[in-house]
Amino acid sequence: MDNNNEIRIGFYICHCGSNIAGMVDVADVAQYVEKLPGVALSRHYKYMCSDPGQELIQQDIKDHKLNRVVVASCSPLLHEHTFRQATEKGGLNPFFFHMVNIREHDSWVHTDRQAATEKAKALASAAIQRVAYHKPLEMKKVPIHPDVLVVGGGIAGIHAALTLANAGKKVYLVERDPTIGGHMARFDKTFPTLDCAACILTPKMSAVGSNPNITLWSYSEVAEVKGYVGNYKVTVRRKPRYVHEDLCVGCQECIKACVYKEPKFPDEFNEGLGKRKPIYIPFPQATPQVVLIDPETCLQLKLGKCKQTCVAACADRQAIDFHQKEELKQIDVGTIILATGFKTFDAKRLAAYGYGVHQNVYTALEVERLVNASGPTGGEVVLRDGQKPKAIGIIHCVGSRDEKTNRWCSRVCCMYSLKLAHLLKEHSDPATEIYNFYIDMRTPGKGYDEFYDKLLDEGVHFIRGRVGEVTDWAFTPEEEGKLVMRVEDTLAGYVRRIPVDMVVLATGLEPHTDAQAVRRMFNMSCGSEGFFLERHPKLAPVSTFTDGVFIAGCCQGPKDIPDTVAQAGAAAAEAMALIDKKYIEQEPNTAFVDETDCSGCKSCVPLCPYSAISFVEDKKKAVINEALCKGCGTCVAACPSGSIHQNLFEDEEIFKEIEGVLAYD
Amino acid sequence: MKYAYYPGCSLRGTGRAYEESLLPVFKALGVEWQEIEDWNCCGATAYMAVDEVKSCVLAARNLAIAEKAGYSDIVAPCSACYLVLNKARHYVEESKAIANTVRRALKTANLTYNCKVKVRHPLDVLVNDVGLDRIKKRVTRPLRELKVVPYYGCQIVRPYSTFDDQANPTAMDRLLNALGAELVYYPLKTRCCGGSLTGTLPEPGLLCTYILLKEAIKRQADVMSTCCSLCQFNLDAYRDKIAAKWEPVEIPVVFFSQLMGLAFGLPAEQIGLQRGFAPMKPLPAPGVAA
Repeated sequence: MDNNNEIRIGFYICHCGSNIAGMVDVADVAQYVEKLPGVALSRHYKYMCSDPGQELIQQDIKDHKLNRVVVASCSPLLHEHTFRQATEKGGLNPFFFHMVNIREHDSWVHTDRQAATEKAKALASAAIQRVAYHKPLEMKKVPIHPDVLVVGGGIAGIHAALTLANAGKKVYLVERDPTIGGHMARFDKTFPTLDCAACILTPKMSAVGSNPNITLWSYSEVAEVKGYVGNYKVTVRRKPRYVHEDLCVGCQECIKACVYKEPKFPDEFNEGLGKRKPIYIPFPQATPQVVLIDPETCLQLKLGKCKQTCVAACADRQAIDFHQKEELKQIDVGTIILATGFKTFDAKRLAAYGYGVHQNVYTALEVERLVNASGPTGGEVVLRDGQKPKAIGIIHCVGSRDEKTNRWCSRVCCMYSLKLAHLLKEHSDPATEIYNFYIDMRTPGKGYDEFYDKLLDEGVHFIRGRVGEVTDWAFTPEEEGKLVMRVEDTLAGYVRRIPVDMVVLATGLEPHTDAQAVRRMFNMSCGSEGFFLERHPKLAPVSTFTDGVFIAGCCQGPKDIPDTVAQAGAAAAEAMALIDKKYIEQEPNTAFVDETDCSGCKSCVPLCPYSAISFVEDKKKAVINEALCKGCGTCVAACPSGSIHQNLFEDEEIFKEIEGVLAYD
Repeated sequence: MKYAYYPGCSLRGTGRAYEESLLPVFKALGVEWQEIEDWNCCGATAYMAVDEVKSCVLAARNLAIAEKAGYSDIVAPCSACYLVLNKARHYVEESKAIANTVRRALKTANLTYNCKVKVRHPLDVLVNDVGLDRIKKRVTRPLRELKVVPYYGCQIVRPYSTFDDQANPTAMDRLLNALGAELVYYPLKTRCCGGSLTGTLPEPGLLCTYILLKEAIKRQADVMSTCCSLCQFNLDAYRDKIAAKWEPVEIPVVFFSQLMGLAFGLPAEQIGLQRGFAPMKPLPAPGVAA
């Protein structure tokens, strides 16, 4: 291809509208590069990534017999692929192209036009020097494992798993809790349509349970993730539920038979408002329909002494097994979808609202259970002290939009507060007064603002102001025995004291406490607030910086059910796009061993994070498996004899690049 | 470790009982202190509102003296002193302009202030340096059956909550608990005592005071425990006026250090208990040490 070894480089600098040209004198850079050795032509152009821009490269390769191409524009993350393709269409090996980032690394981060222009010249000079040494390379193809791991069995994980399974993909759905369903299963109704949450969710849950393409592992957690896109090796820890899932038929005779005649222990599903026995099923529609035993409260497991009436009730099914141990399962998957959800803000962190001090202060999630027909009170609004409230205050933004706790808006609280106001009104005496205390009403969504209007018509009070304090300090006789909400009514312009019987805290959404550990396990990033970081906030909202790992739902940030389901579908589609291609193209920037120099010292072998290096005993040489090598360069740097090289990062390429940037004048 | 001690004006005036009880308690616990030499006004209240920077200079002079004497911690029992000294430190750290003015002013007195001295409240020293275990061991007369309202006032937690929670401070709660006292849940623990309003705008000022006293009585407390000389003064000194306007509110208001003295078995007159307007009822017969 290189006639007479003569290097003919085409250089293109992009204006990127004014993104680059506004801070870098692109014409000056083009002029400078034109005079560098090996440069056959140098141009500046408004948008290199546009079709005419790409065609310009292709045409120039033919007309000017170019054999190397350098484009100075944005980040290679965005358009390296575009320009490699253009180079290939022009008839060159795509790796005879090199890209210089003068936007993110230059124009966007500097304020001195002169200096930014000089920096662009230096970076261009480095690329011109290096590209001459580029060699023709081929992309490598790695087959992709068609199975998918979905982590988290809330509505996001359920929807993603079903979408994939319905398309014929095999899915492992791993859920930490004993049942899938997540937060949505605990909601009473959903806004703004007031559909019963269970009625729309439970059919999807049982569909997961019965779908032959889905392996559901509830009460399980991912313990380890190894490998890379297309070929992940995952270890799942299955916690003992002391009941064999394959033997239990969900008849619940054992629960009736338990030596505890009455439920005695706080029931997690009902936020501790109800009670359960040591052997229990989280809620009637739990999926899988399998009971479990809580080792903290079961007499047999705690003290080793019990009549084991449950075992007798189970009879010859023999599903109960007090000796069940934790189990580790190894699976191979090609792609992973994380839908690990959120946790609600711990209301005790805001001492002024008295959660945990005053018994009639509730969190919103508790109220969801309180108004639910299958909840601990059968849907009747009865307070912890047995009273029916005559006045209820709902505080918005608890742990949201607050510099002292979380700065972000949790997006769902305004709407769920409206919904709870409606439900509380519906489930209480018609004379019950309901107050919403808000900072701003945020109701952007289909049918959401209309729902707000409806609530205004229902006679719910709206007071604009952040509540300062919930106290049992009574100042007037009317306040005696009540909870007093002190608030600056910023529309009326004065401080009010509003006595109520019940306070509802609209707690915000937070990342899980172990989000950082999960992030590390899956090699992802988190934003500053701790939610998993998407690859691009607009154009790659469910991808992560790790290929083959996708995110959906509230683990990426607070969102409502429609948005969560949309993301789950998107993540499933992204996974399928990879699976159905059947292979993954990988960069050829892999390392290789020059056998003539390799002394067989083996120092590289243990260093490789991907176990790509093996030692061939008969030859006494190290060998790198190209399919496993990720091009990290660790072995290249470590090899004492300098016999390991890396494509696209060969010594002469690197040294010329350094020379180019340092020797630039 | 020896602490620099900054009494401020109130501990030599209206809050005399605070010093009279705190120093013997320190002594009983083996806490060493030395009053800094030639201290001056901390710069609190009215002056802070008139000229913040000059007020900072006043406060910084005290800190500079402590720094020069080689102390790392200065104890300021009065909440106003504690706040203003802390504020001066923050201002000097955060504002170059204020730091320059302070430096120039101190230079005329051959002093420098390098933000090395930490400003500490006695509650902080007792709970975090001495520790509740050592305090518990020193208790000879546990305050069992004494129902105490822990009242903090505003200044030790706002705006700088250096050693305790801003919305719900608990250092004094824990301390009183260690003395064996029965704590009364008191949601007004950081509500305004009326501050200097009792002198300038008596009506709203006294209302604040009345609310605090009334609520403590309603919650059946035997005594209110404070950690600020101004709070103690406001709560204790205007009972006649409050009785004339609303109703009598007879509940003793003492410093936490006085309750410590009692629990340590120190005689009442040696810890300034005779100074309160509403006398404390005699303690039940001494029990067995906790």
